Amino acid sequence: MKTLFYGEQGLFKPSSLTPMQKMVLRFVVVGLVYYLFALIEGMIMRIYQVSPVPAIPPHQYFAILTAHPLVGIFGSTYSLVCGAFLFLVPYLMKKPLWSLKLANWTWICIAAGTFTFWTAGFLTHYAPLYTLYWPLPADFSQFSVWGGTFFILGIAIVMLGTLFFIINVFATLLYTPEGWEKQPKGKIMASAIGYDGLINLFKKKEKQHEHLVSLPVAAIARGTVDMAFNTGIILFTGVLILIYMIAEILGYSLKTTVIDALLYKNWFWWGLDLIADGLVLIFVAGTWYLLATLITGKKLYMENIARAALLVELVVSWTVWSHHLLSDQAQPGILKVVSGEMVTAFELITQGLAFFITLATLWSARPLKMTNELKFLLGGLLGFALAVPAGIMQADVGLNRILHNTQWVVGPHVHVAVLVGLTMTLYSAIYVLFPVVTNGAKIYSQKLVNVHFWCHLIGGIGMGAFMGMAGLKGMLRRTIYYHGEYSLYMILAALAGILLVIGFLAFFYNILMSLGIKGIIGIFSPAENKTKDLVPQNTAV
Amino acid sequence: MVIDSKVVLNGQTIAYTLYCLAIILVMGWFGFKITRTGKGSGVKDALFYSFVGFLVVLGVSLHIVTYHTIPWTKMDLNRQQINADKVFKIVMEKHQIILPSDTLRVKLGEKVLFDVTTNDLTYGFGVFRQDNTMVMQMQVVPGHRNDILWKFETPGLYTIRSTEYSGPAGANMIMKDVIKVEQ
Repeated sequence: MKTLFYGEQGLFKPSSLTPMQKMVLRFVVVGLVYYLFALIEGMIMRIYQVSPVPAIPPHQYFAILTAHPLVGIFGSTYSLVCGAFLFLVPYLMKKPLWSLKLANWTWICIAAGTFTFWTAGFLTHYAPLYTLYWPLPADFSQFSVWGGTFFILGIAIVMLGTLFFIINVFATLLYTPEGWEKQPKGKIMASAIGYDGLINLFKKKEKQHEHLVSLPVAAIARGTVDMAFNTGIILFTGVLILIYMIAEILGYSLKTTVIDALLYKNWFWWGLDLIADGLVLIFVAGTWYLLATLITGKKLYMENIARAALLVELVVSWTVWSHHLLSDQAQPGILKVVSGEMVTAFELITQGLAFFITLATLWSARPLKMTNELKFLLGGLLGFALAVPAGIMQADVGLNRILHNTQWVVGPHVHVAVLVGLTMTLYSAIYVLFPVVTNGAKIYSQKLVNVHFWCHLIGGIGMGAFMGMAGLKGMLRRTIYYHGEYSLYMILAALAGILLVIGFLAFFYNILMSLGIKGIIGIFSPAENKTKDLVPQNTAV
Repeated sequence: MVIDSKVVLNGQTIAYTLYCLAIILVMGWFGFKITRTGKGSGVKDALFYSFVGFLVVLGVSLHIVTYHTIPWTKMDLNRQQINADKVFKIVMEKHQIILPSDTLRVKLGEKVLFDVTTNDLTYGFGVFRQDNTMVMQMQVVPGHRNDILWKFETPGLYTIRSTEYSGPAGANMIMKDVIKVEQ
């Protein structure tokens, strides 16, 4: 009981935290709470796929289906990623964050915006989206205009939070803190977006440009470029849908007459792929590099190539969207082949390089202790090694004809990439940062860490695999099967989902017992220590 | 042997399963080995560049191989230059699939063009076997021509259903056994 209230050995003292540490921990709490939301929603849907539950009518089910990926991506992943990077950029640049106030507004906006669109979906059953795609023409015969308005408001608030994050990251990179020598903005920017890394590939060693920002910061900067484009596109789309809604309220239906549906689809997927095939892959690669160098204490293997590959990935992410339109017959064939197939295949190369470089860096430091951060990093690497080839297969004109919109897409590709690849990488980062941001708090139980690791790894891969098997047998995503057509696969996927729940509960309980209820509440009170330092001065980072 | 979507999916299942087992074993082996003292200091550059070369070859060859082996790919990309033996004009509207006749009769080996129009939302057009496995699908987008040229390889009854989410009502867009493929 004492541990539950005060945390493991009473080591975590929120009063000792700096404002920066509190800010990061708030992001983590928000991220984990929304992960729990997504987990519960996911399990409801898993049960529904085994057999539709009479207590949940179809329109409620589809509202959950709509909210689920948004809560997972924006509420959970964006919170964890933004929190970690707002701490890591100043930590790695060895200069204070540009604006702590803006950083705090970021988590507030993400938390409030996610809650707003989730509530709008829950109360009004607003569910016209498939995954994140918002189809035109907007359908008001099945969905409430007011539900949609609040849904858009929620998304817009999240985007505002991400805008604050983007401003803060670039301002921190470029600004000159008080009393410092003037920072060379142009050179920092060239290093951050990978220009120097690319030039260095063609220069002799002695003439190579010096890197002004470390590789993980370069990855954060490059991923943030995609985040900026994406934020603009989602905001623009929200406004567009809002125009449809206002017209409907005023009694004038815009239907198909205003905007070409295929053009809009291209535009939207271009913007959305800046998340799925852009910032996620770039951020993940950067995090792998950081974790590998922190775990080994060694320089990254093939650093210049890693930097150049990140720049290539940035360009790839701008030209890759057409793989979402391989089943759209009006889409020009040249776009299907060049953007949909060939450019997409480049992701096999860029992500394969990041995978190899991370493993080679770890290999060079043998023998390593199998720490929590190392085992979760290996889990994350395995997740992408499984999910990226699954994506490359469906991005083929021939195979897409029989895979598009099946459970294959969302199982072995999306869920394995997000749950195993991305989430395990983030858990690795959490274990690295945990002692730094808590001033040396101790993890309550190593056994629970191991339970979390194995349940998450086996559950995540298992769930993706059984969904994929159902997909190969023709099971569609985003529909309901009333006659138990795929019950066996869905029961197995649900069992794997239960493993994921057990894993997360083990992690959640472990963190609760490590920090204590009093400690977690203390994270949200104003910091007593008003320093701009990342950690208290008497603590070694 | 008749190569239809079932054969292609079986091939894909075998290839991807083998790959998954291999990469899981490699990662398990790697996790074990890095906790042991090893010989040599690091990874040779030649291995890295060989791996890059392998990825390039794999990425490009996948699509070349599927273009030449999956029977519908060439026909699909070049369908504007191919004359269909039969054309079915299908309309989708208000979550209904409106067929030109109660049953769409097709002769085995005929090239059939499904020309589908939507008058409101975005839908999907999918053809399924009686065991629910998918034969093929395409998107149905308003304001554009959505056509697919197909050659059925096996006689039997096939179901049409919308493969794209169009709200809760879309889950019921199913026309069971409406395509009849005969010898």
